[in-house]
Amino acid sequence: MSTGLVFAHAGAVLFVLGLAGGLVLGHLLRRILALNVMGSGAFLVLVGLAQSDGQPDPVPQAMVLTGIVVAVAATALALGLARAFHARTGRTRLDGGEE
Amino acid sequence: MRGAARLLVATLGLALAAALTRAIGELPAERPSQAVDLRPQVVAHLDQTGVSHPVTAVLLDYRGYDTLLEVAVLALALIALLVLAGARDARLCAPAGSPLLVSLARGLVPVVVLTGGYLLWAGAHRPGGAFQAAAVLAAGAVLLQLAGLMPAWASPGRWLRLGLMLGFGVFLGVAYGLLGRGALLDYPPQWAGALILLIETGLTLSLGLTLAGLFLFLTERRGRP
Repeated sequence: MSTGLVFAHAGAVLFVLGLAGGLVLGHLLRRILALNVMGSGAFLVLVGLAQSDGQPDPVPQAMVLTGIVVAVAATALALGLARAFHARTGRTRLDGGEE
Repeated sequence: MRGAARLLVATLGLALAAALTRAIGELPAERPSQAVDLRPQVVAHLDQTGVSHPVTAVLLDYRGYDTLLEVAVLALALIALLVLAGARDARLCAPAGSPLLVSLARGLVPVVVLTGGYLLWAGAHRPGGAFQAAAVLAAGAVLLQLAGLMPAWASPGRWLRLGLMLGFGVFLGVAYGLLGRGALLDYPPQWAGALILLIETGLTLSLGLTLAGLFLFLTERRGRP
């Protein structure tokens, strides 16, 4: 198995971990982190599959670079929203359950 | 109930992970003959892009409009954050950090600025570029703020607004100026290198400020007077 395929497999596992985390965890901060884990998994699959024959492909690399920057911006926005939500309601989860 | 839901998610997650890894494993090792391989095309036209690193060529030349819109997304995220943070009257300074952190920050930040400049310049011919340089610069700003050497930002003044939007403005201006060539961001080959460097310089400054702003506009002082 080439290095690229190892990356792709790890990315698939990370994606599923993040997905399960986003479904199970209630705390908003953890959900944002889970979303980031999912995104990192998707990036790993893209970059890994593109170099599965040993040579990196610049097009997916550039797209993933774009994706990382957008993910950073989205995370910051999500954190801002979560903080505004906490400031108004005092809660850290959407369902209103106990901490 | 809660435990059952978790068990269900874990089971479905395991099944999905198994399916995904199996699907990846079953992909053919060789590219199918009819598949479009972009690598030779990227390399074949590299001498017309003004840069010699293929990732930079894709980011700022072949797919320059993706990057243009990406910068717009970053600016939108920052504007949305500013709306959420609301107006604040005073500039807040974190309490001075530990002496170790302060001296570490004082020593590191000049190196950070130097590294940012190097990454910007290196992007033309090796891994690097505006986004990496901006991330390094923003990390330096965050370090300064955490060490208590620089105040967090209140609502941006005229100069900060100008700096935040300069990169997008320069990028948009270049794109507008070249519209007469018939395609978006189609650089003339003899000017391509200089234009890409101009755009990347503006982007480094603005994205550095934007990424730092995503942190510094959200910082607030808690507890201590």
